[in-house]
Amino acid sequence: MSEQRKAVALISGGLDSMLAAKVILEQGVHVEGINFYTGFCVEGHTHAIRKRDRERQKRNNALWVAEQLGIKLHIIDISEPYKDVVLNPKYGYGQNLNPCLDCKIFMVDGARDFMEEEGFDFIITGEVIGQRPKSQRKDTMPLVARESGANDRLLRPLCAHNLPPTLPEREGWVDREALHGFHGRTRKPQMALAEHYGIEDYAQPAGGCCFLTDKSYSGKLADLWAARGRKDYDLDDIMLLKVGRHIRPDSHFKLIVGREEGENNYLEGYRHRFVHLTPVSHPGPLALVDGIPNEEDLVLAARILARYSQGRTAEQVEVELTLLDGTTKRFQVAPLKPNEIPDGWHV
Amino acid sequence: MAGMSESTARFTLDAKGLLCPLPVIRTQDRVKGLAPGDELTVLCTDPGALHDIPAWCRIHGHELVATEEAHGEILIRLRVGAG
Repeated sequence: MSEQRKAVALISGGLDSMLAAKVILEQGVHVEGINFYTGFCVEGHTHAIRKRDRERQKRNNALWVAEQLGIKLHIIDISEPYKDVVLNPKYGYGQNLNPCLDCKIFMVDGARDFMEEEGFDFIITGEVIGQRPKSQRKDTMPLVARESGANDRLLRPLCAHNLPPTLPEREGWVDREALHGFHGRTRKPQMALAEHYGIEDYAQPAGGCCFLTDKSYSGKLADLWAARGRKDYDLDDIMLLKVGRHIRPDSHFKLIVGREEGENNYLEGYRHRFVHLTPVSHPGPLALVDGIPNEEDLVLAARILARYSQGRTAEQVEVELTLLDGTTKRFQVAPLKPNEIPDGWHV
Repeated sequence: MAGMSESTARFTLDAKGLLCPLPVIRTQDRVKGLAPGDELTVLCTDPGALHDIPAWCRIHGHELVATEEAHGEILIRLRVGAG
């Protein structure tokens, strides 16, 4: 009896990677999944923060996919080394600050490490030639294989017929004939294959799982870099970009204003690290002040906050200011009117 | 480590304030250093963990012993499986 081969599958939680793993599982290969946490994953975070989403049943799609397939899933925190991918992408950004090609290389490289350390034989991904404009093209397929060091141990079961045979195919570990030749942006072949396997419930098409593909989020990240005069971030920075209204009246400071209870609760966890403001005469949100505001700026910040409090139509709103050393000060301000907050301040 | 009985070592992991999937990742990393039969209590605040950690346990063959939720804090107790 021949030795059972082992494949590590990149599992995003979307349909393509699920199908790729299923195709290989069906060939009797032992498959385990790997999923990378970059810090920019949409999965979970906004649901956890926003109160209206807390009641909604939610799931981690990668875990869900693994459970449906009956495979183990290893979730790896790469948020720290991933910074270099975001800050210095060799192949540049996509439409927003999404370094998709560098990201794919980085993740396949990570899977290669896992493969070598854990004694697996090859790597599978759900890539399809032509599916993604930045990272899944005919010319990027060999590039990802080469730059990640995976070389011909990287198998794309969904589009294998459009690529030269890889080691698992040549060695007969998998049957090339039972692989697929999907290409282009159409989702129809994937949907048909899902139906063939009886998979009815799956997350919507890939690409929507990373905040960096989101225009608004990328705008906030670019604003952060511009304000600091350098490209850098830590995990808290990128978490906070997912939360609240970001209002920048001037280059040296901005406000992060909670939009609802869930966000305010989340921002509470950061209040000791920021100068912050809360309305005291009326109910209203918490506002963190990021940057180096002067006294005049803080009055303006208080007036902005008052505009988002329930005292927005009052003559005066009393606001409490807390400085980084914990000292507090209360003062009255007139809430700004909506037309007094220029569109350009909204990051 | 909270304490030990004759046969079961009990451990605690504080994942409060972390958003999913970080509580799962911390649990996964902690369990790697434990032996089959050990119990791990994970404390967290993200309600997503109530769904994700049990799913992770099922996938990896660990036993979910109990979950409790009170005052915004979640406690998940699991027993490490044979792996």
